[in-house]
Parts: sequence; structure tokens; C-alpha cells
Amino acid sequence: MNLAIRDVKYRFGRFLLTAFGLGLLLATVMAMGGIYRGMVEDALSIVRAPGADLWVVQKDTNGPFAETSRIPDDLYRVVRAVPGVREASPIAFQSVQLDYGSRSVRVQMIGYRPGNLGAPPAVAAGRPLAASRYEMVLDRKAGIPIGARLPMGRVTFTVVGLTEGIVSSSGDSTAYVSLQDAQELQFLKANEAVRNERARLQAGLGANPALASLSAASLAPILQNTNLANAILVRLEPWAEPNAVAKRMERWNHYRAMTTAEQEDVLAKNVIERARQQILLFRIILLSVSTVIIALIIYTMTMEKTRDIATLKIIGAPNVKIGSLILQEALALGLLGYGFGAVLINLVYEYFPRRVAILAFDQYVLFGIVVAICVLASIVGIRRALSIDPTTAMGGGA
Amino acid sequence: MPAVVGEKLSKIFGQGDGQVVALKDADVAVEAGEIVALMGPSGSGKTTLLRALSLIDPPTTGYVAIGNDVVFEGARVLTDDRQLRRKRMGIIFQAYNLIPFLTSVENIALVLTLNGISRREAMARANKLLSRLELGHRAETYPATLSGGEQQRVAVARAVINDPAVILADEPTAALDTERGKAVMDLLRQLGRVQGAAVIVVTHDERMIEGFDRVYHMTDGRITNH
Ligand SMILES: Nc1ncnc2c1ncn2[C@@H]1O[C@H](COP(=O)(O)OP(=O)(O)OP(=O)(O)O)[C@@H](O)[C@H]1O
Ligand SMILES: [Mg+2]
Repeated sequence: MNLAIRDVKYRFGRFLLTAFGLGLLLATVMAMGGIYRGMVEDALSIVRAPGADLWVVQKDTNGPFAETSRIPDDLYRVVRAVPGVREASPIAFQSVQLDYGSRSVRVQMIGYRPGNLGAPPAVAAGRPLAASRYEMVLDRKAGIPIGARLPMGRVTFTVVGLTEGIVSSSGDSTAYVSLQDAQELQFLKANEAVRNERARLQAGLGANPALASLSAASLAPILQNTNLANAILVRLEPWAEPNAVAKRMERWNHYRAMTTAEQEDVLAKNVIERARQQILLFRIILLSVSTVIIALIIYTMTMEKTRDIATLKIIGAPNVKIGSLILQEALALGLLGYGFGAVLINLVYEYFPRRVAILAFDQYVLFGIVVAICVLASIVGIRRALSIDPTTAMGGGA
Repeated sequence: MPAVVGEKLSKIFGQGDGQVVALKDADVAVEAGEIVALMGPSGSGKTTLLRALSLIDPPTTGYVAIGNDVVFEGARVLTDDRQLRRKRMGIIFQAYNLIPFLTSVENIALVLTLNGISRREAMARANKLLSRLELGHRAETYPATLSGGEQQRVAVARAVINDPAVILADEPTAALDTERGKAVMDLLRQLGRVQGAAVIVVTHDERMIEGFDRVYHMTDGRITNH
């Protein structure tokens, strides 16, 4: 006769409620794990999206995501000539704020040369950028539909396509535009800034007799350099070895070539490291809390049965029988709690504001941990149960 | 040959000044089929004696035999006491001590399954016994919803289901009114007789002692008559 099943059946409502509470706790643990994974995936999505093998960036910087990197956009012509390079194309990144209706949405703008490296791997709806200007491909995450018109500075962009799941390390949607548009936005100033700059330039010209005859308005476009990018994306020939090609490029001064793996590393280690550790620590705390709570529940369940366990000893139940009662109940509680947690998290993870990536691997690991916690907790309970004095069940007025 | 024998049983609790001698050279021997009462004032050592004979709390020194088997000698337990109790003893408590999460019939069948009998057969035998005790209609009921008298009759059934050689009952009627107490006591005697078990019943109640073959009296840890 299985005592655990009988006991659970007898106290089913309470057992269910306890398991549900545990499920909520475990759902939180799962959510934390998913947030952790989601954060890493988000951060890497933007690095992986262009499918580049190398990123050529400004020397002594860690590339466009971790630090500011500025390089001339025509560097790609030189890069293309390096043996082993199949394609090379400039790319520019910048954070901008889009105004859509009454909402304003922060996006990571990516400027690339349509038809070249840097395009999103797939467009889920609409079409990719054509060569024409002032078009934009947004991520669904931004919540802005195809056809929307978005004024920015002096121009207005039209949304022509949507991607799925390409976001920045801070979870912002990406906004693909042509490199030219991006350069204009990034390096051309707004009207007011232009006027201020011209006034300053005019003052400078006036102070120098040799230049006094020049007008600032005619000089400004020449002085303004918009031909900058943040990185050159490189795709290699299949036979080329990324590290070897990178070494070769680094022999030129001024530039650094990073492999995509290095770039991912930089993102994971530098950009989101603290947030990652924060969440990791929180996961550990949550797991410790779960351990304590499970242990407490099982200990309490055992204590409540002190008299019954004493009676079982008196009627001759062996320790195995008593131990398995506690172990089985602990496992049943853990498994049911885990089940509740898994169902809960699957129902809600999509509604989190940032990506929550529930990986099967993580779930298996957590399952193993929950089982281990239950076993550990029941050891505590079993020790307690085996030390119960049977005479407590057989006294004068017990 | 007696079914249960205890000789020179002594039990000492604590040490030094706080020492309590609960049993002093107590001798008991009960034949199979014999039903004896154990009486004495509170604190005289009746419960201690039952615990000693069943090895729930073994004596400090002495000798205990169940049938042919010496289970305690000198100061040592010579057997697996749990196995001894589940196979050859039935124990009845003052507070019934049914397992609350088992139904009446499961409480009884449990003892059989502990002895390796299949669940199906155990349930069948337990149901049969309950019917014989006119408790068939309470078979699927949990102890919490049984009356005290019903609980104790289920407890008696649990104690006899494994055909024990020895039945020990510690004040089984103390929590019941006279009428229900008598019913339980009658049942205990009747089943003990039918099964040929040696039955020792601790009781305070003089009104209950009719129908016993013998009465042991205890004072201060000693058996004062034979
Ligand atoms: N675990 C123990 N530790 C210390 N002393 C104990 C313990 N158990 C019993 N005693 C003492 O042993 C003596 C005998 O106790 P016991 O319970 O056997 O008496 P009893 O005859 O059953 O009394 P009652 O009729 O009240 O049930 C008492 O003085 C009691 O205080
Ligand atoms: Mg007593």
C-alpha cells in the first residue's frame, strides 16, 4: 500500500495549493533563467544578423557595440582587396528615437548599403530595403506597422518591411535604413545645430583677414564629412581562416579586425556582463530560497505526521516504508510544482517586455535541480522521521 | 508453554538523582488463548511493561521471549523489533492511533501489506474482518469521521488481522464511555480467544475486569501478585 499516494489524496486540496505556490516560485526561477538567456540572445542577435565573418573597426576600440568606432566608409574598398575577403561593406549604428503617433520608440538604427552585407537575415513581412532612400525596415518589437511614415529631422521615413527578433543589447528594436540615410542622420546636424555651427564658422572666418571674403554657407558642406561608418563588415571566402585574415588587416595602422566570435564575446562580457551577473546572482538566490522553502515544507509535512510515524513504527513498519513516504511526497510536490511552474511560464513568457528565452536545456537542468532539492530536503525529513521515538504514540494519555 | 514471557524486567529512566525506576524485577507469563488484565495505580509501570515486552522501549535488563524465541536477554535486543511486532504482535492504544490518511479498511490492510501480502488480498481480508465486526459500512470512512468506539474497534481489527501471538492493549477503553468500552473489551476478548492469542490489557477500570482469566497488579514497578 503506497502511503504517499494515500496521504496526498487525503490532503489533496492543501497539497495542490502547496504545489501551486511552489510552482509560482519555480516559474519565477524559470522566468529569471529565460530573461538571462533572452538578454544574451538579444545582445547576440544584432551581431549575428549580418552574417559577417569579420568586423573591421577603429583601432583600440572594441567595435561598434561596446565603444564608439569611427572609420571612413570607403575603407571597404581596401578591405575587399585583401586575399580571402569575398565581400566587404560599411555599416553604421546609432540609437535614435522614433515618434509614431503619440508614442516614441527607441530603436537601434542600422545603416547598410542595400544589396550588400549588413541586411537583416530575413524580412518577416513586407520587403527589404530597395536602393531608394528614406525607407526603413523595423523589428516587429517596435510595434509600428508597414506603411507607417516616421518624420526624422528633416526627412520622413516609410516603413517597408518588418523583421522578427532582431534587437539591440538593451532590447530595442532595430531599424534598418540605407547607409546614406544613416550617415545623414548621424553626421549631419539638425537645422539649429547647422545654424550655430555656421555662425561660429563665420565668426572664425571674420577673425582671419585672409579668409574674410569666404562665406560660411559655401564652406560648410565641404567641411562636413558624412562619409563615416562604424564598422566594415567582411565576409570571407570559404577557404579563408578568419583569424589569419584579421591579423593581416591589423598590420595596417588605425584599424582592428574582430572576428564575429570576438564581437560576441565583447558583447556578452563587456556590454551586458553586469546585467548578466545580476540576473545570475538573482537566479542563485531564488534557487536557494526555493531550496529552503521546499525543505521547510517537507520538514513541516514530516512534523505533522510525527504521531502517525510513531504509530507506524509501533505496528512494525520498516524504516524504508517511512522513508519512502517522505521521499515520494517530496518528489511529488517538487514535480507537481515544477509542472505548474512550466505551464505558467509557457503561458506568460511572451508577454514580457523583453525577450524571455525558455530553453529546453535550462528546463532540464532546473528539473534536475528541483529533483535534487527534493531529495535533499527529504533527507532532512527522513532523518527527523527516523529519530521519532515510537513511545510518543503509546503513552498514558497520548 | 507461554506465548509471552517477561522475567526480571527492570527499566530505569534517567541517571543519578533524577533516576526513575519504572520496572523492578517484573515477571509475567501469559499462555496462548489466555486473557489477562494489568492493573495498578497511575505511574506504577503498566505502560512501561507493555513497551518492554513489545520492545518498543526495551527494558534496561531482563528477559523477554515470544513463543520459542528469546527476543531480549540481559540488556540486548536479539531481534528486529519492527518485524517482531508486525508479524507476531497486535498493539492497541488508548488514543486509537489510526493512520488519519487511511480509510478504516486501509488501516487494517496496511498491517498485512507490511507483511508482504498483496494489496488486493489484504483489502479483501480487511473488508471481511470489518464486516464480521459489523463495521462493513464504515470501511471506506476516514478515522476523523468515525466515533471513538468505532475507531477503537477498527484499531482492534488492525491489531488482530495478522493473527498475532500476542496482543497488548494499553487502556483501550479509557477514552470511551462504559457501554462502548464494554463493547470494545468484549470484542478484544472474543477475538483473542478465537485466535488463541495471549492478550494483556492494561485497565484502570474495575468494572471492566470481569471476563479476564487473571489479573496482574502492579505497584511501583513490581508485579505484586501472580
Ligand atoms: N520516558 C520516560 N522517562 C522518564 N520517566 C518515565 C518515562 N516513561 C515513564 N516514566 C516513569 O515511569 C513510571 C511508570 O510510568 P508508566 O507510564 O509505565 O505508568 P503507568 O502505570 O502506565 O501509568 P498510567 O496509569 O498513568 O498510564 C512513572 O513514574 C513515569 O513517570
Ligand atoms: Mg500508562
